[in-house]
Amino acid sequence: MSAKRVERTALNGHQKMFKFHAVRKTVQNLKVIENRQLNDDHHLLQLEVPDPLETINPGQFANLLVDHSPGVFLRRPFSICSVDYSKNTISVLIKKIGEGTRALAQTPVNSYINGMFPLGNSFTIPSEPEKILLVGGGSGVASLMNLAQELGRNLNDVSILTGARSSADLVELEHFSQYGTVYTTTEDGTQGKKGYVTDHPILRDQLSQFKRIYSCGPEPMMRAVSAKAKSQSVFCEVSLENTMACGFGVCLCCVTETIEGHKCVCTDGPVFNINQLKWQI
Amino acid sequence: MRLHGRASIQHKSIKMADLSTTIHKLELKNPVLTASGTFGYGLEYDDFLDVSLLGGIVVKGTTIHPRQGNAYPRMAETASGMLNSVGLQNRGARYFATDIYPKLTKYNTNVLVNVSGSTIEEYIACAEIINELDHIGGIELNISCPNVKEGGMSFGTSCVSVENVVSAVRKVYHKTMIVKLTPNVTDIGELARAAEYSGANSLSLINTLLGMAINAQTRKPVLATITGGLSGPAIKPIALRMVWEVSKAVKVPLVGMGGIMNATDAIEFFLAGASAIQVGTANYIDPTITLKIIDGIDSYLNYHKFNKLSDIIGCLQL
Repeated sequence: MSAKRVERTALNGHQKMFKFHAVRKTVQNLKVIENRQLNDDHHLLQLEVPDPLETINPGQFANLLVDHSPGVFLRRPFSICSVDYSKNTISVLIKKIGEGTRALAQTPVNSYINGMFPLGNSFTIPSEPEKILLVGGGSGVASLMNLAQELGRNLNDVSILTGARSSADLVELEHFSQYGTVYTTTEDGTQGKKGYVTDHPILRDQLSQFKRIYSCGPEPMMRAVSAKAKSQSVFCEVSLENTMACGFGVCLCCVTETIEGHKCVCTDGPVFNINQLKWQI
Repeated sequence: MRLHGRASIQHKSIKMADLSTTIHKLELKNPVLTASGTFGYGLEYDDFLDVSLLGGIVVKGTTIHPRQGNAYPRMAETASGMLNSVGLQNRGARYFATDIYPKLTKYNTNVLVNVSGSTIEEYIACAEIINELDHIGGIELNISCPNVKEGGMSFGTSCVSVENVVSAVRKVYHKTMIVKLTPNVTDIGELARAAEYSGANSLSLINTLLGMAINAQTRKPVLATITGGLSGPAIKPIALRMVWEVSKAVKVPLVGMGGIMNATDAIEFFLAGASAIQVGTANYIDPTITLKIIDGIDSYLNYHKFNKLSDIIGCLQL
């Protein structure tokens, strides 16, 4: 976090003392200034924020309201995949899964989406540059995008391994290549190594060279990555996904099992150290 | 829905109507409370609004012993609503008293605690601890939680068990006691009378309706507990009907809730006989909705030339 941004946070903040994570949550109408379709399933929306942006940490998310879609009642959570402080915008990667995500993905440019953000905790950033591996699967790369940017800016030696079903499903590789070396796997072998990310040599054989691993993607993938990290005693954080009613820690619907009991993915997470989770790995 | 920033009540040129209302010994500056389990301890909303502007808050269901709550998934979105099966996850009454309560004394409004238990002894023990907290003006006795295996709703579905638990807590709790009723019964009027007879100062209704969601693709229930409590606008017609029925059955003031999403919904509950209302699920979608509802109630009273809220309570035109 730059000194300039720390200062801005303090100036914009209300009477509270801010810690690194504790930026005030806001609800604002965000203007869609770009809606880029990446492939059949994914759209990248750049959203202009009316109020000056306070610091958004890698791993945090926004809970977006789905207007004009009568079958959708609750907000939908999305990782904030990039932040442009000069343009005062945030970006979200939307994968069309159901009615809500389809409606959001089709939001035209210049219209508005109501967003609640920044929500959740964030990835732990090393204080000194380190050798780091990011492992993303499918649309899980969204939460790693802002992280790669932050780590790259802090001169970490970053490698990014992303996997998907097919080459068309691999998104935002150019973004990641700005901040580190990109490795890919596809299940059908259309790009990179054929198979799952866990079949890639960098995870299979060369893991011990890394100080940290950060991962986000389908849970079976994160469990497999976590098992490898644990076997080599490498620091590992994962970003979990869950259905949420509120997104700010009041409904207690999005819990996950941890060594300290049920914890909310929305406020205690979405980022958890694998040692906190009760995964049998 | 359009909303922005940290909300406050709009200042209007017209004089505000008198929105105050009374629930037994509780003086409410306006009739808008928050429903237990949807507003945390209020603190979670400090970023979004000034909690002291509300008529009051009812904090998360509290039990004498800490509870981990149910397994997950705990939530299913449904048509115009949602199912939950949280199961009263909380850290227990003693933790509440020592670690949370001191943070709530900053609020210049009524703070109530929703009290629950698996046995009558647990209800009593929990109420005794809450009774000692000066800033807590009352309790909402939860005999209607559909998501716990023992206690909860089972206390609220027969007149005998309602009388047993309400009269037992009445002996140890000396401030305002609101009893929260379940809609999962055949005749809510007789249960309301049983609660009133046993010492309830007010009744709040309705808690969630027992429901179920199934994933056709996996052929499995969506919730880990199979069934859960339905909330949201889907249940409002049932809630209105029950408030109306109970208003005819008892004399104590009623706190109405169930799917209130805006001021018009709230007005409907006042007309049906509620002296105050609670906003629940709507807080998840718009954390500032309670202030908009207060503002909207005022606009309604002004528009229809009523000077005070009490002019419309129970005034359904038949």
